[in-house]
Amino acid sequence: MNNKSKLDNILVPVFSVILGLLLGALIMLVFGYNPVAGYQAMVQGAFGSSFYIGETLRQATPLIFTALGFSVAYTAGFFNIGVAGQALLGWLFSVWFALSFPEIPGIILLFISLIVGALAGALWAGIAGFLRAYFNTSEVIVTIMLNYTALYTANYLIRNVLSESSDTTARIPEGASLRWAWLSDLTSNSTLHGGIFLALIMAVVVWIFMKKTTAGFEIRAVGLNPFASKYAGMSTKRNIIISMLISGSLAGLGGAMEGMGTFQNIFVQGGIPSIGFDGIAVALLGLGNPVGILFSALLFGALKIGGNSMPLVADVPTEVVDIVIASIIFFVGANYLIRMVVDKRAKLNKGGVK
Amino acid sequence: MDIINVLQLVFSSALVYSAPLILTALGGTFSERSGIVNVGLEGIMVMGAFSSVVFNLTFASQLGNWTPWVGVVVGGLIGILFSLIHAVATINLRADHIISGTVINLMAPALAVFLTRVLYDGRGQTDIISENFGKANIPLLEKIPVLGPIFFRGTSAPAFVGIAIAVLCWFVLFKTRFGLRLRAVGEHPQAADTLGINVYMTKYAGVLLSGLLGGMGGAIQAQAISLNFSASTIAGQGFIAMAAMIFGKWNPLGAMGAAIFFGFAQSLSVIGNYIPIIQDVPSVWLQVAPYLITIIVLVGVIGKSEGPAANGKTYIKSK
Repeated sequence: MNNKSKLDNILVPVFSVILGLLLGALIMLVFGYNPVAGYQAMVQGAFGSSFYIGETLRQATPLIFTALGFSVAYTAGFFNIGVAGQALLGWLFSVWFALSFPEIPGIILLFISLIVGALAGALWAGIAGFLRAYFNTSEVIVTIMLNYTALYTANYLIRNVLSESSDTTARIPEGASLRWAWLSDLTSNSTLHGGIFLALIMAVVVWIFMKKTTAGFEIRAVGLNPFASKYAGMSTKRNIIISMLISGSLAGLGGAMEGMGTFQNIFVQGGIPSIGFDGIAVALLGLGNPVGILFSALLFGALKIGGNSMPLVADVPTEVVDIVIASIIFFVGANYLIRMVVDKRAKLNKGGVK
Repeated sequence: MDIINVLQLVFSSALVYSAPLILTALGGTFSERSGIVNVGLEGIMVMGAFSSVVFNLTFASQLGNWTPWVGVVVGGLIGILFSLIHAVATINLRADHIISGTVINLMAPALAVFLTRVLYDGRGQTDIISENFGKANIPLLEKIPVLGPIFFRGTSAPAFVGIAIAVLCWFVLFKTRFGLRLRAVGEHPQAADTLGINVYMTKYAGVLLSGLLGGMGGAIQAQAISLNFSASTIAGQGFIAMAAMIFGKWNPLGAMGAAIFFGFAQSLSVIGNYIPIIQDVPSVWLQVAPYLITIIVLVGVIGKSEGPAANGKTYIKSK
C-alpha cells in the first residue's frame, strides 16, 4: 500500500466524522436548537470530569469487542450483521453461568463466565458460518433472523428459567464482577469496569492474529479473493466457519462485558441490544483496523455518553447523537463521494484536469 | 367460545398483524428484483409509522373516518422520500447495500423520535390516535353463511387492500413491460443496459417503490396495532417482512402468503391464551417461528430460495 492510499484511508473517516457532526449541527439549527451549546454540553458530558471519562470508557468497552468481532468476519468477506444477537447470548450465558456456580472462587468464576459468553456468541455466529460454508446461504439474512431468535429466546429464558416471572435476574456473585473498586474510586464512582483492559488486550491480540499468523493471513486472503485462495490450497469452507466463530466469540465477549461489568445481571430487552449495531458502526468507521476501532469506539462512547447530557444542559434531544452516528456511517459507506472530491481537488492543485 | 368465534378471532387477528408485513414485503420484492438489497425496510417502516401518526393526530378532526387511509398515503410518500437516501447511496455513490440499509435503520428511529420531541414538547412518544383502522366488515361477502362471519366480519380492511395490492404487484412485475425491465436489471444489468434499458432509473423505481410500500406498511402498523408512535412502534416487523419476501421467493404472491403466515404466527403469540392447545405452547416458539422458518427455507429443506442474480451488486455503467 503506498502512502497516498494510506492517507486516503485516514481522510475518509475523518471527513465522515466532520460531515456527520456538521449535519447534526445543521439539524439542530433548523429545529431551533443551539448547536454550539449542544456540542459543548456533549463534550462536557463525555470528558468534563473523571466520572464522565469513566462512563465514556465504559460505553466504549463492549463496542470495541463487537467492532473487533464484526471486523474479523468483514475482513474475510462476510457481513456479520448478527453481532447484536451474538452479544446478547454472550451476555445471557455469562450471567447464567455466574449465577449457577456461585461456589466457584471469584476470579476463576469470572474467567469461566467470560469464556462461556464467548462460546455462546461463537456458536450462534457459527450457525451462520456453517450454513454459508455448506449451503451457501446469505450470512446477512441468517444472522438477521438469528438476532430476533436470540432476542425472544433470551427474554423467554430470563422470565421463565433465570428468574420467576421477573424481568431481571439476580446480581452475579460479587467476586465474579469486573467492577473493581479502584476503578470506580479513580473515576468518582462511574460504572467503569475492568473490561476496558480486556478490550485493549483483545485489540492487540486480534491485530497480531490477523497480521502475524497463518490463520489470520488465510482469513484476509479469502476476503480479498476467495477463488485465488482456494487455488492456493486454502479451504474457503474452513475459513468461513473460523472467521465467523472468532467474530461471534468477540461479540459474545462484548455482551459479557454488560453482564459481568456494566449491569451485573441481565434483564428483558425491548429490542436488539444497541451494542451490536453501534459496534458495526464503530468497525466501519475504524476501517476494520484494531487501532482505528479503538479510536472510533472512544468517539462513539463519547457521543453516546455526552449525548445524555444534551437534553439537561442544552435542551437538545439526545437523539441528535444517533442521527450524527448514522450520518457518519452514511459518509463512510458512500466514501466514493469523499474520494471523488479529494481526487478532484488533488488534480486541480496539480493543474492536471483538462 | 364456540368454534366460529374462535376461528373468527384467529383469522381476523392474523390479518391485522399481516397487513403491515404484506405491504412491506412487497416493497422489498420490488427493491431486490431491481438488484438493490434493502435491509433498511425496518427504518422505512419507522418513518411511515411516524409520519402517519403525526398526520392522524393533526387532521383527525377534519377527515374523520378517512384519516387512517390518508395517513397510509402520507406514510407511503414519506417512505419514498426516506428511501431516496438508500437509492442515492447505493446507486450513485456506490455504497455497500447492507451498510446503507444499516444507516437507514440507525437513522430512522433517531430522526423520528427527535422530530416527535420537536413536535410534542420534548416527549419521546405521541398521544394515542383517535381515528384508527379498528375492525371492519367487508360488504356483501360478510353475508355468506358460515364463511362470511369467519373471514369477512370484524376483520382488517388494510389486509384486504394489501392482498389486492399484492395481486396488482404480481401483475406489474410479471405481466408488464416495466416489470420485465425491472427483473432484467436485477438479473443482468449489463445485458439490460445494452438493450437500452435505463438501469439507474429502473433501480431508482425499485427502491422508491420499496419506500412507498414500506412506508405504507409502517403506517398501517402504527394506525392499526400500536395506535401511537414511539421508538418501539416498529420492533422487527421490517425484518419479518424481509423474511416473508425471501420465504415467498421474491414473488409478490408468495411474499403475501408468507406475510399472512408470519402475521398468523405473530398474532398467535398475542391471542394464543384464548385458544385451546395453543395456550399450552410457550409463546416464545410462536415469536421465533418466522425467523427459524426463514433460515430453514434458505437452507433449502423446503425448496431452495434464491434471489435475483445481480442482487446486492453495485452496477457501474461503463463509459
